[in-house]
Amino acid sequence: MSGEVQAAAVLGGLSESEQLGEKRPGGKVRPRRIGLGDWLLPAYTVIAFVFLLIPIVYTFVFSFNDSIKSNIAWRGFTLDKWLNVCNVEGGAVCQAFGNSIVIGVVATVIATTLGTMIAIALVRYRFRARSAISLLLFLPMATPEVVLGAGLAAQFLAVGVAKDMTTIILAHTMFCISFVVVTVKARVASLDPALEEAGRDLYGSPAQVFWRVTFPLLMPGILAAALLSFALSFDDFIITNFNSGAVSTFPKYVYISASRGIPAEANVIASAVFLFALVLVVGAQVSRAARAKRLAKLG
Amino acid sequence: MAFAAFATAEAQPQAPRKKSRIALFLLLPGILYLVLFFLTPLVSLVLTSLQAPREFGDIGQYDYAFNWQNYVDVVEAYWPHILRSFGYALAATVLALAFSYPLAYFIGVKARRWPLLQSLMLVLVIAPFFISFLLRTLAWKQILSDESFIITSLKALSLMAPDAHFTGTPFAVIFGLTYNFIPFMTLPLYTTLERLDLRYLEAGSDLYANPFTVFRTVTVPLSMPGIVAGTLLTFIPAAGDYVNASRDFLGGPDTQMMGNVIEANFLVLLNYPAAAALSIILMAAILVLVGVYVKRSGTEDLL
Repeated sequence: MSGEVQAAAVLGGLSESEQLGEKRPGGKVRPRRIGLGDWLLPAYTVIAFVFLLIPIVYTFVFSFNDSIKSNIAWRGFTLDKWLNVCNVEGGAVCQAFGNSIVIGVVATVIATTLGTMIAIALVRYRFRARSAISLLLFLPMATPEVVLGAGLAAQFLAVGVAKDMTTIILAHTMFCISFVVVTVKARVASLDPALEEAGRDLYGSPAQVFWRVTFPLLMPGILAAALLSFALSFDDFIITNFNSGAVSTFPKYVYISASRGIPAEANVIASAVFLFALVLVVGAQVSRAARAKRLAKLG
Repeated sequence: MAFAAFATAEAQPQAPRKKSRIALFLLLPGILYLVLFFLTPLVSLVLTSLQAPREFGDIGQYDYAFNWQNYVDVVEAYWPHILRSFGYALAATVLALAFSYPLAYFIGVKARRWPLLQSLMLVLVIAPFFISFLLRTLAWKQILSDESFIITSLKALSLMAPDAHFTGTPFAVIFGLTYNFIPFMTLPLYTTLERLDLRYLEAGSDLYANPFTVFRTVTVPLSMPGIVAGTLLTFIPAAGDYVNASRDFLGGPDTQMMGNVIEANFLVLLNYPAAAALSIILMAAILVLVGVYVKRSGTEDLL
């Protein structure tokens, strides 16, 4: 899905225009007329961002709540939940979180490998059945998650496979592949073929050219795809719910405890993940901006 | 964009090389994986949807058959859920578009002069992705609960009836769907608006069109690819979602959507054929709607 691909681009610290090496048209033309938009639109943007961030702030604030069981009413500030995350319910939250990390890492490694290979083949080679393959890659992104989840569960049931961690990983890898292909493909397509030609001219073997030239150049795209895969897998609930059996993941833990009240420890984990991702992405953006500035000075 | 990315596959600038053995080696593992874990499950789902209960069998035991009656049964039993799914998803898509367009316009057009601000605003748009989807939705449930500051204030101001609720109503479900899928709408809109050539807008006003006419006849048609991609990215997951409509989240007994009944039939009632038939109906309806929509909006090259 394009939204997620762009999310990946932001995650990987590449802007769309940088990826495609295009200059945006008419960027310097300034509007002559001073219209309503001059103050109305910025004001609306601020309000819109406040709205988007409300639940995040709420989740963060309530991770400091001195709650007893369910985390609904504010009972006072405490750092206790942050310091003793794993102490509640015999560590059920941490167990679920650990499972989510393991599933996310394994699914990401497999999906990124398979997806990158497909992306390279799609851009670089001519072969028959290209449109059928494109359709096969597009369909998982256009299918509602509940259908993907129920389909795989029906399949596992028919074959008689017991649902556990492996079935979750198999399911997550499946829906991550297409997103990896789309993300990496943009990078492969924007690669300058002259660089690889130069490698061949210098008597590099095909393997050397790939690992010394192509692969490092693809790295930002592959990294963005891997981050996107991990994010998709880590936050997936619907497909997991159909294929997890008794295994708990962090989203599944939240879903199940929603009826009896979520402990503040879940807020702690979600807030910590949020802060970690935010630092990562803002850091990537700022360093990219600094690099662009340096390059501009040199030029 | 995903849709465009696949379409441009044919027109690569680099001359594709032959060596089909390498291409096969690169493609085979991934394609085989998708055949095994995406295509076969869909076939499996179709077969399951036609199963009949085993004679003298236990709950959850079914045999392969061609029991087309399953489809009639689920439509009869669950037509309100089917209508609700598409109604709620449509409402959420329209609301998300109305919310996102000005936001994407500001980020993509007005903020062009400040690239750092632009990228930081993009980070803010996707910030909700970084925190658990379920916890976000639960946060809204608490913020909008009957005892919350917002709802009690609205009641004190007589803007809401004293015995009315917000959570558990269709409005709450649509609200939740809208909120959760706003980033999917904003990002594709941003991508097309960021490339909008402002000289076209100037040409429009030079020809004495007022700002509204320029917006309607120039800006909107030029941003159509973003609108189509954004609405699809919002509508498809919203129609299949069952978290927002769930009773423990923003929904109530009268807001259950198709996803909820698929989940209940599959995981609780063990009525696999009913769940499978509903899934097939959902997928077929979405594919038909998407096809018609893309054709009518004149952006076929997206697919």
